[in-house]
Amino acid sequence: MEPVFDLVPIWAGIIGFGIIMYVLMDGFDLGQGILFPFAPSEEARDVMMNSVAPVWDGNETWLVLGGAGLLAAFPLVYSVFLPALYLGVFLMLAGLIFRGVAFEFRFKAKTSRYLWNWSFAGGSMLATFAQGAVVGAYIQGFETENFRYVGGAFDWLTPFSILTGFGMLAGYALLGSTWLILKSEGYIQQWAYKITPYLLAAVVLVFGIISIWTPMISDLVRARWFDQISLIWLLPVGAFLSVVVLLRAVMKRQDGMPFVATMALFVFTYLGLAVSKLPYIVPPNYTLWDAASAHSSQLFLLIGLLFVIPFVLMYTAWTYWVFRGKVKAGVGYH
Amino acid sequence: MELDPIFLSRLQFAFVVSFHAIFPVFTIGLASFIAVLEGIYLKTQNPVWMKLSQFWTKVFAVVFGMGVVSGIVMAFQFGTNWSNFSYISANFLGPILSYEVVTAFFLEAAFLGVLLFGRGKVPPGIYWMSAVLVAVGTFISSFWILSANSWMHTPAGVEFRGELLYVTSWLEAIFNASLPYRFAHMGLASFLTGGFVVAGVSAWYLLRGREVEANRKALSMTLWLLLILTPLQAYVGDLHGLNTLEHQPAKVAAMEGNWETRGNVPLLLFAWPDQENQTNHLEVGIPNLASIILKHSPDGVVPGLDMVPREEQPPVWVVFWSFRVMVGLGLLMIAVAVTGLVLRLRGKLWSTPWYFRVLQVMSITPFIAVLAGWFTTEIGRGPWLIYGIMTFAEGVTPSLQGWMALTTLIGYIIVYALVFSGGLYYLMRILRDGMEYQPAHDEHSTQTTTLRAKRPFSAADVPFEEGAR
Repeated sequence: MEPVFDLVPIWAGIIGFGIIMYVLMDGFDLGQGILFPFAPSEEARDVMMNSVAPVWDGNETWLVLGGAGLLAAFPLVYSVFLPALYLGVFLMLAGLIFRGVAFEFRFKAKTSRYLWNWSFAGGSMLATFAQGAVVGAYIQGFETENFRYVGGAFDWLTPFSILTGFGMLAGYALLGSTWLILKSEGYIQQWAYKITPYLLAAVVLVFGIISIWTPMISDLVRARWFDQISLIWLLPVGAFLSVVVLLRAVMKRQDGMPFVATMALFVFTYLGLAVSKLPYIVPPNYTLWDAASAHSSQLFLLIGLLFVIPFVLMYTAWTYWVFRGKVKAGVGYH
Repeated sequence: MELDPIFLSRLQFAFVVSFHAIFPVFTIGLASFIAVLEGIYLKTQNPVWMKLSQFWTKVFAVVFGMGVVSGIVMAFQFGTNWSNFSYISANFLGPILSYEVVTAFFLEAAFLGVLLFGRGKVPPGIYWMSAVLVAVGTFISSFWILSANSWMHTPAGVEFRGELLYVTSWLEAIFNASLPYRFAHMGLASFLTGGFVVAGVSAWYLLRGREVEANRKALSMTLWLLLILTPLQAYVGDLHGLNTLEHQPAKVAAMEGNWETRGNVPLLLFAWPDQENQTNHLEVGIPNLASIILKHSPDGVVPGLDMVPREEQPPVWVVFWSFRVMVGLGLLMIAVAVTGLVLRLRGKLWSTPWYFRVLQVMSITPFIAVLAGWFTTEIGRGPWLIYGIMTFAEGVTPSLQGWMALTTLIGYIIVYALVFSGGLYYLMRILRDGMEYQPAHDEHSTQTTTLRAKRPFSAADVPFEEGAR
């Protein structure tokens, strides 16, 4: 069977969309976990958890869809990334499991509640850090030979990936605090307003270091950004504008804009990262087309996904609609 | 001691998948049970059916939740420990495994929410339809996963082009030779698991005189179901065995503990297989029976382990004994179901406490039988990962070192032990709470449930600790 048209860009789009959906959505609920130990009161923790309890597992849907989709559409990515990130993947999964269980049991528990608090906070931080380190490892590239990962167990854990790990912690915390501004009121919202500029400063600092560091360790990235000044420079400009809008919105004590601006900041950064590397999906050696599965395999799954994704999106939108508005202290999910 | 990444990866996969499998095998059967209960309720309008359905839906929710949590890990196991296998077979396995995930999510997105939280908010007919579709969905989900697994036993519809497998016929690959038998065998196993758990729990309540009317109804219908399904399962299992004999004779030889290809093979009831010396010790068997079962003639020639080179033999001891555990428990289940019929015909079903106690103990046996069955078929496939195409050694992640596999193995055991004890403990609290405290669906409770998370566990309202209600 001759391929009628190339499905690789379509699949790259689907996976790319899945990843940014995951980062934005699980980002703000992992962020609640990161901010958990610093919350002003136990009541605030109730509100924080209530604000994401109805939606967090739908958010993680995108992670599993992404994992399975990668195996189907870009098996090389799956079979190089997972061995290369072996221990990191385990830590991420363990973290996600612990915080997932905490969601289920914290509200049903009384005397053991502090245990679930720790499980929630620790699991969220572990999973976030591991995800940040994955981004760092991706930027640095993987040691491969004949389509196999041949590096060591700790290649993914470098000073650079530790930096991106902390960057992710700051980033998700920022998503979390601006989400909390949107969803809370009174002294809890005031607290979220107060910490947001600090978190933003941390994010800008880490993203700044990454932006300077990345072209230094990768010829490809340097060539793409500095050989000629092109349209892609609009992305950092967009990111900068997002920061400005976010700061103004926090100063004016606006409700929704901080979260929107933070999402915009993430999207611009994400696109910036994508254009730095594409078409290399397993850097430095393999492109999207090297990594793709057979045309008929991509087509076979695409048919099913085109049917299902609208349903998942509709369901997601409906859930957010049902749980719109402020989360009040003392009411809500038990 | 040298740490062998292949052995440790197999152990890890066995641990993670066994742990995961016990949840879906239960929820698949339970989902159909709930759909039936809702159907009867819709028809008769007798509230006792609703009470039963509400209670078992709560149990379903928690077990489903644990299945999802443990299933996430599975999605990554193929890549972390078996990356060569994933890479080479991805053209087929990728879409198939993805379809499993996609079906599960579609089901969760569309119908599970209605089943768990929609009572009283959607018309009764629609509510029942959701229950049916959840049950159907669990079967579609298991269809995909069993198709992938069966393909590893009886690969078809693919060819090597260079290093990678390409699909030449999706139909042949998906509906491969062992799929119908495995799917039927597993489907029945799910019903038996659901049935024995419901029977055991109902019996436990009846012994304590709790909600007698509802639990008698549940027990009575379950016993009818078990009476039909337990012998049917033996028959389907036999067909599955014959199918295995055709495609994987070495596995059947290991199941029978038969070292030598010959006629008049006895059915061994007991033996101590000795792989080193290629023989059995302490054999106790029924003459000619294995030949009769497998070849329908006393002198039928049954393949032995000598058909394949020693390095292509599966580990006989484990296969031989896990097969016997499965069959033994299966026979026990038939006996228990028939005993139920005898008691019923004598009119003593509700006045025989010892039988209730037996049912209580029986509720764990399907889980053991299912795991033993999977051990038989999976270990019996050894040393092949994809039968005749790829060995375990060829499929393992090349960069994986023994200590890495050991670290994550211990890690998963710790994580699962904690999660599992939490979940099991909570499940026990739900069972102890029983049906007595279920809130009526009035205006007030509808109000509070809309504020509740639409997630499996939140369908259960039992507090985590003693006396916290």
